[in-house]
Amino acid sequence: MTRLNPKYIPLMATAVVLAAVFGTGSVLYPNFGTPRVFVNLLNDNAFVGVAAIGESFVILSGGIDLSVGSMVAFVGILIAKLLQVGCDPFLAIGIALCAGIFAGAVMGCLIHFFEMPPFLVTLAGLFCLRGLGFVIYPESIGIDHPFYAQMLPQLSILVAPKAVLPFTAMCFLASVLVGTFIASFTRFGRNVYAIGSNENSARLMGLPVAQTKILTYALAGFFSAAGGVVATFYMQSGNPASFVGLELDAIASVVIGGILLTGGVGFIPGTLMGVLILGLIQTLINFNGTLNSWWTKIVIGVLLLIFIVLQKLISRRAVTQL
Amino acid sequence: MSDWLSDLIFWIVFAAILLGLRRQRIFWTVGALGLLLLFNQFFTPGFFHLQVLDGHLYGSRIDVLNQGAKVMLLSLGMVLVIATGGVDLSVGAVMAIAAAVSSRLLVTQHLPAGVAIAVALAVSILAGAWNGLLVAGFGVQPIVATLVLMVAGRGIAQLITEGQIINFLDPTMVYLGNGHLLGLPFTLTLVVVMLLLTHFLVRRTALGLFIESVGDNDEASRYSGINAKQVKFLVYTFSGLCAGLAGLVACSNIKSADANNIGLYLELDAILAVVVGGTSLQGGRFYLVGAVVGGLFIQTLTTTFYAKNVSSDIAPVPKALVIIAVCLLQSEVFRTRFARVLSPIEKFLKPVGSWLPRHLPTTARHDSPKS
Repeated sequence: MTRLNPKYIPLMATAVVLAAVFGTGSVLYPNFGTPRVFVNLLNDNAFVGVAAIGESFVILSGGIDLSVGSMVAFVGILIAKLLQVGCDPFLAIGIALCAGIFAGAVMGCLIHFFEMPPFLVTLAGLFCLRGLGFVIYPESIGIDHPFYAQMLPQLSILVAPKAVLPFTAMCFLASVLVGTFIASFTRFGRNVYAIGSNENSARLMGLPVAQTKILTYALAGFFSAAGGVVATFYMQSGNPASFVGLELDAIASVVIGGILLTGGVGFIPGTLMGVLILGLIQTLINFNGTLNSWWTKIVIGVLLLIFIVLQKLISRRAVTQL
Repeated sequence: MSDWLSDLIFWIVFAAILLGLRRQRIFWTVGALGLLLLFNQFFTPGFFHLQVLDGHLYGSRIDVLNQGAKVMLLSLGMVLVIATGGVDLSVGAVMAIAAAVSSRLLVTQHLPAGVAIAVALAVSILAGAWNGLLVAGFGVQPIVATLVLMVAGRGIAQLITEGQIINFLDPTMVYLGNGHLLGLPFTLTLVVVMLLLTHFLVRRTALGLFIESVGDNDEASRYSGINAKQVKFLVYTFSGLCAGLAGLVACSNIKSADANNIGLYLELDAILAVVVGGTSLQGGRFYLVGAVVGGLFIQTLTTTFYAKNVSSDIAPVPKALVIIAVCLLQSEVFRTRFARVLSPIEKFLKPVGSWLPRHLPTTARHDSPKS
C-alpha cells in the first residue's frame, strides 16, 4: 500500500471530523441525517462559504483578509439601495462585484507596493467598508424587487424528496468548483501556492509576485462581494450593521478546512468542509434545544485548537523526515 | 483662572514636552496628538473647557484620559507582545472574561470586591498564560494561537454570566472605573501606575533587551543564551493581566458585565495604538510610552468625532484613513520613494537650528525589517 502523502492529512482529518459530526447528529436525532437538513445547511451557510473561498486564496498566499464581514454588509446595503432607486438587479449585482474587486485590488496594491502588513491594511478595509455602508444608508432596507421576490425562488432544483436545493446553495457550490479550478489547475493558482510557501523563492524563480498578490486580494474582494450578493438573496434585505465578525467565521472555516495559516498548504474543498463543520455544529445545537448559542463559539474554539495542534505536529514530522 | 490663560499654560507645557522629546522616536506620536489637539483648540468650541465640580476636574480632555484608559492599559501589554514579533488578538475576549468573572463572584456569590477583582485578574493571567503556552510551548503562529481564545473567549464569558447582563452596585467595583483620586479620574492613576511598573520591569532590568532581541531574531537570541520561550510566555501572560485590568475598568464604567460587547474590537484599537506609537509590527524595538500616547491619540480622535457630531457609525472611515496614513509613513518603501520630495524640506529646515528632530521621515530607521 502506498503511503498517504502528508499534504493530504489535514484534508483527511477535516473529512473525518465532518463525518463524525454528521454521524453524531444522525444517531442522536432521527431527522438529522435527512437530505433536507443537509440542503438547509448549504443554504444557511452559503454566504459564509462564498466569502471563505476568497479568504482561502488570501491565506494560501500567506496573507490574511479581515475585511470580509464589512464587505458582505457593504455590498448588501449597496444592492438594496440601488434596487430601491430603481436600478436593474443585474446591473446592481455587477456594480457590487466590481466594487468588491476594486476594494480588494486597492488593499492588494497597498500591501504589495508599500510592504505594509496585510493584517493592518485589511483592518483599515474593515473599518472603511463598515463606515461606507452606513454612508449609503444607516438602516436596514428590505428588497421587494420582483427579481428577488419571484425569480429567485423558481431557480431551485428538487434534489431529493422534500429537499430543494435553493439558488444560494448553488452559488456556494459553484464558487467551490470555480475556486478549486483556479487554485489547482491554473498558472495563477500555482503562483499563489508558491508565494505562500516562500515569497522570496517565488520572486527569484521569476514568478510575477506583484501581479499575483494584487490579483489574490482582488479575487478575495470578488468572492467577499459575491458572498454579499448571496447574502441579499438569503436575507432579502441589506443592513450595514450586519455580519460583524463574519471574517472570524471565514478564517475559522479555512483553518478547520486544513489550510495552513502560514500559507502555501491546503486545498479549497477543505474550506467547503470547514464551513459545513461550523454549520453542522450550529445545527446540532439547534436540534438539541437546551444548549445555548455560546457553546457554538466554545466548540469552534476547541476545534480550531485541535486543528492547529494537528497541523503543527504534521509540519514538525515533515521537518524531521527531511 | 480664565480659559485662555489655562489654554496658554497647557500649550506652553505641551510645547516644552515636545521640545524635550525632539530626539526621541515618540516625537512623532506626541506631535500627531498635538496637531489633533490644535485642531480641536480652534474648531471645536468647548473642547478645552475645564471645570471643577465637587472637587473633581471635568472637561473633554479629562474625558479623553478617562475613556482612553482601557486602550492605554491594553496597549501596555500589546506593545510587549508585538515587540516579540507576535500579536494578541484575544485581549477583547479576555476583557469580557474578566468582567464576567468579577461581576459573577460579586453578585451571585456575594464575595467582597477585593476577592472578585483578584480572582478576575488571576483568571486573565491564566488566559494570557494559555496564549503563551500555545505560542512559546507549541510554536503556534501568534495570530492563530490567540484567535482560538478570541473566538472561544466570548463564549466562555457568556457561559460564566449564563448569557445575562449582570448589574452591580458594589462601591469598590464602581470606583474602579468611575472614581476620582486627587480630582482626577482613578483610571488615570491606574494607567500611570501600570506604565511605571511596566517601565521599571522592562527598562530597569534586562527583560526589555531580551524582548527586543527575541523580536529582532528569535534564533540568534536563543543562541546567545536568552530563553526565548520564557520571554514569549511572559509577555503573553502580562498581556492577559493588562486585558483583565482593562476589562474590570470597562465593566465598572457601565456598572455591568455584558459578555457580548465588552472589549469588542478593542484589540484592533490596541494594535493600532502600538503601531501609532512607533513600534513596528515586525517586532524588535518597542516604545512603551509611545504605545500609551498612541492610545491617547486614538481616544482623542474618537472624542473629536463625537464633538464634531460625526455619527459613530461613520467614524470608522476617517479612522481607517488615519491607519493607512500612519502605516504609509512607517513603510520603508514609501519613505524611500518619497525621499525626493521630503529631502529638500529637510535641507531647508536643517539650518533652522540643532533643535529640530533627527527623525524626519527620510532618515532610515534603526530597526531594519526582518526578511
